[in-house]
Amino acid sequence: MNPQFIADGLVAGAMIGLGAIGVTLTYSILRFSNFAHGEFISWGAYATLLTAGLIGYLAPSSNEGYGPFSVGWGVLVAGLIAMVLTGLLAVLLDRLLFRRLRRKGASITVVMASFGASMALRALLEFLFTSSPRYFSRDLQIAVPVVPGIRVTPDQMALLGMTVTLALAVHLILTQTHMGRSMRAVSENPALARVLGIDIDHVIHITWLLGGALACASGVMLGLVVQIRPYMGFDMLLPLFASAILGGIGSVPGAIIGALVVGVSEAATVQLIGAEWRAAVAFLLLIAVLLIRPSGLFGKRV
Amino acid sequence: MPDLLGLVAYGSFFLAIIGINAIGCLGLNLQWGQTGLFNVGIAGFIAIGAYTSALLTTPATTDHIGGLHLPILIGWLGAMITSGLASFLVGAATLRLRSDYLAITTFGVAVTVHLVTLNAQSLTGGSFGIAFIPRPFETYASQPAVFGLANLALIVAVVVVLYVGLERLVRSPWGRVLRAIREEERAAASLGKSATRYRLQAFALGGAIMGLSGAIHASFIGFIAPDNYLSSVTFQIWTMLIVGGSGNNLGAILGAALIWTTWSATGFFTGMVFPPEQQARAAALQIVAIGLILSGTIVIRPRGLLGERTTVSRHLNG
Repeated sequence: MNPQFIADGLVAGAMIGLGAIGVTLTYSILRFSNFAHGEFISWGAYATLLTAGLIGYLAPSSNEGYGPFSVGWGVLVAGLIAMVLTGLLAVLLDRLLFRRLRRKGASITVVMASFGASMALRALLEFLFTSSPRYFSRDLQIAVPVVPGIRVTPDQMALLGMTVTLALAVHLILTQTHMGRSMRAVSENPALARVLGIDIDHVIHITWLLGGALACASGVMLGLVVQIRPYMGFDMLLPLFASAILGGIGSVPGAIIGALVVGVSEAATVQLIGAEWRAAVAFLLLIAVLLIRPSGLFGKRV
Repeated sequence: MPDLLGLVAYGSFFLAIIGINAIGCLGLNLQWGQTGLFNVGIAGFIAIGAYTSALLTTPATTDHIGGLHLPILIGWLGAMITSGLASFLVGAATLRLRSDYLAITTFGVAVTVHLVTLNAQSLTGGSFGIAFIPRPFETYASQPAVFGLANLALIVAVVVVLYVGLERLVRSPWGRVLRAIREEERAAASLGKSATRYRLQAFALGGAIMGLSGAIHASFIGFIAPDNYLSSVTFQIWTMLIVGGSGNNLGAILGAALIWTTWSATGFFTGMVFPPEQQARAAALQIVAIGLILSGTIVIRPRGLLGERTTVSRHLNG
């Protein structure tokens, strides 16, 4: 088969991975699977689109493609602003909904609330922006050969680089900073962490900010490589969960590796069977992991 | 009086849809209300039932496999078997794991079933769906009021039979074990009750009831297509149960009536306010409204309108 699927799969895996980090962190620190996480991807993409539009209005040159890339510095700056906004959206959702339910102690009710919130958030996007797709740029990009048989566009290369940077940053935050140690402590044993004087509310805030910001980055990438539409995040949800579980819940490197496996398998399926079955790949991988090794590659408990 | 007849036809159609939703909601109540199992793929199990029944009952055709032209009741029974079997398999794979895994897997089932209905053209007719599904009382189809009332009576009968059956089940020793497992798994296990086995039974039976609801809907409308079974269906059924009162079979039926009425009323309202070209967009507002109702109920009144009654045994007035 054509080796091109590897490059396509890695790009898709990078986008899934950024979302899966957030899923795995909320799962291990807040102990619930957040069905609204996909909406952070969509809301992040639309927030970036609006902010980039505003920047473009103030500084028209920001819209011109920079160097070989299809978009200019406007989208980059807008993406950074939108990452903060999406993180705040996640915190707000926690304040309004999840925190109240957490205090009542019924963890599965939180999952249900996240499912309801995801429907409402997505429908709201559909109302505001209609279901027709939007694009950051209409420019067509020429894919350049990197190794024989594999072509990658400049945008895709930049996105892969950014994913590696962001994933490394999260890894360093978790392993090298005081906040990262607190987060891991809460994930290991919340009761003990509280006894040790760790501010759990603060840890939860940072978790949402981080998860929301990364989901936004994933949404921007998805918008650059594919398109922006209200369902973009919802369609990512199954790959996100599959990657987080495949990698082992709570493991950030696991989430990334899981996402790359999902992305490459999807791309291989598209090439071998057909694009219409792409969405089933994540489900089959998920079932396989649950049957063979429910703790995932790097996970500890189930 | 054609107007009155039209009103009867519309009214019975409206109530029949409530009844069909109530059936799905009763299935969910067995899974979630009684047993605490979180199913996010209701639409998928409903679709499996609808397509099974359609393939079994439609007249011979070259558009898709099946076309066995079997009696409608056989179609409904077949729907319960396939949906129940699908639920059993999903449950067998995930029920021994953390409860979230069941939620994620059922979500995946719904996504995958939708994909199959869209793409496996020879099995499901693809995006065109399946038409000419035989309807009960087809001979009266030329008189909408009679046809509507006859179908409504049939659907109400199914709801009543299910309600009585499930109420008996809830009060049976089996029902008590389900609630015991839901409340305190370790205590139930110490009494020698295998939690996974009971959960699996409840999950499969609930799934079968959802399949029945899909089959009845398919036979009632006479046409099915993949987009009937989007996640918004799952979401509606959940809202019905939570608002009506999970753990209460009467609440499941009440919730179905209230939420379907709200859904139709908001649809009517957005239809009045927004111009025709904005209708698709305005329909999204209906989902936002239902989402707010669901989230609001969970936060403010988690037991719903009716809430669960304390049921100890049918031999006691508990």
